[in-house]
Amino acid sequence: MLEPFQYSFFVNGSIAAVVVGALCGLIGVYVVLRGMSYIGHGLSHAIFGGAVVSYVMAWNFYLGAGLWGFLAALLINQTARRARIGADAAIGVVTTASFAIGIALISKFRKFSRNFDAALFGNILGVDTVDVLVISGIAILIMIVVFVAYKRLLFTAFDSDVARVYGVRTEWVEVLFALALAATLIASMQILGVTLIAAALVVPAITARLLTDSFNRMVAYSMMIGALTGLAGMYVSFYADVASGATIVLIQAFCFVVALTIGAVRRSNERRLAHTHV
Amino acid sequence: MLCNTHHIMKALIELRNVTFGYGRMPVLENINVHLHAGQFAALVGPSGAGKSTFLRLVLGTLQPTRGEVEQCAEVLGDHCNRDAQIGYIPQLETVDWNFPVTVDQAVLMGLTRKSAWVPWHSAADKVKLGQILARLEIDTLAKRHIRDLSGGQQQRVFLARALIAEPDILVLDEPTSGVDVRTAQNVMHLLADLNTAGMTVLLTTHDLNLAAAHVPWVICLNRKVIAQGTPDDVFNEATLNATYNGDMLVLRQNGMLLIQERMHGHSWRETAPNAVLGHELVSE
Repeated sequence: MLEPFQYSFFVNGSIAAVVVGALCGLIGVYVVLRGMSYIGHGLSHAIFGGAVVSYVMAWNFYLGAGLWGFLAALLINQTARRARIGADAAIGVVTTASFAIGIALISKFRKFSRNFDAALFGNILGVDTVDVLVISGIAILIMIVVFVAYKRLLFTAFDSDVARVYGVRTEWVEVLFALALAATLIASMQILGVTLIAAALVVPAITARLLTDSFNRMVAYSMMIGALTGLAGMYVSFYADVASGATIVLIQAFCFVVALTIGAVRRSNERRLAHTHV
Repeated sequence: MLCNTHHIMKALIELRNVTFGYGRMPVLENINVHLHAGQFAALVGPSGAGKSTFLRLVLGTLQPTRGEVEQCAEVLGDHCNRDAQIGYIPQLETVDWNFPVTVDQAVLMGLTRKSAWVPWHSAADKVKLGQILARLEIDTLAKRHIRDLSGGQQQRVFLARALIAEPDILVLDEPTSGVDVRTAQNVMHLLADLNTAGMTVLLTTHDLNLAAAHVPWVICLNRKVIAQGTPDDVFNEATLNATYNGDMLVLRQNGMLLIQERMHGHSWRETAPNAVLGHELVSE
């Protein structure tokens, strides 16, 4: 049972997977409730472009990709507002253009293309102690931001227009959330890869939503599902010799199916009870 | 302490020569409306008349292209000493009923601006919550999800969210749309009670009969203010025809106003004289 923990790569990877799972679970609640599932998918692709540019320009990966992701999030917001096109179309334009920049740069400098396999598909085995510290630092910072702005984030997610009338500075809440989302994606990129981050953001949150009607409990459940599936995914991937990012997402998808089934059975029982009482 | 300044209560909300348009299309033109503290007013007009735009200008989420919207709850000398606090209740149709919030969580959102930067609410907030829920008779529903309530109860939840913030004025966007006749009457009675207790109320409605029965001041809007006054003054055929570009019928019966658009060949008796009718079930 404890055999994998003899290996430092497994210990580092497990800590990173648990932290990233809980973080994606937390931010995913807001992403799902605001109907922004597509933005997680799009932004992770945009950040990939930023990661390649950071490499070419010899910038720090976390700072370069983070800034790029944050600017992409703001650009999507502004494009959707000013050009009067839907947010989904704005996400499509901005993020695929950014992703294309990354691909173009890789094709131009083919020699370093292998380094970006991790960014695309995740490479949890490559996580070292410094990465764990950086990821944990980002996660703690984001959790503090969410803790402090909890009520403002909740009202803005529920109804942004009404929240503004009630004196909530929704424009600042939006900026704060864009920053938190971009930072979450950066922290998750090495673990899950661009292609799987969206699932890790969305699946724990919608699974939690199926289990409760309370916002506070949804946040707690989503974080727990993210963290536990992170650990379980590491274990299964170790013994089954399958890519860890994909294993984590597959276990999350399994949890979703279980929650969906529990929800369907519960609703069916409620209907039967209601029918009996009539 | 002696003070030579004095507090004067004047218009809470004042729209002066307000024009608003999206692009070159004017939605509202040259609007002049005053709402005073303690007033209970209804904004009526056809779809596309600019009622929602009017509300958004009052709420401050839109800025006029021309003219001024002024909100002032308290005047000190020549200056506004305190802006009017608005309690806004949106249309029930615009609420995300799948959002995971219980009644108490939804109501406490009204205190977000004033509350501390921590996820929980203070003991004082919870006392206030209990008082508001009891006042609106929804205290037994505090832990229920907002979707699991009747239309009238849902309206009370959003009224509670507005009232807990202690506003100077309640602004309601079609509070009676999508609810049955009895619930609509109850909502209007509740608003009338709040107004009697001193609350200023502004609402929009498509139900002219409800407005005539419950609201003492009516603003007829169709891009411009066609008329404003008591229902007895403005609910006449000339004004309503100008407001609705239609052929309106106004009946006065025992002091009540009944308003209906005249039928012109739209009755089923004329359009489908041979319609298949059902039969009354007769039990043996």
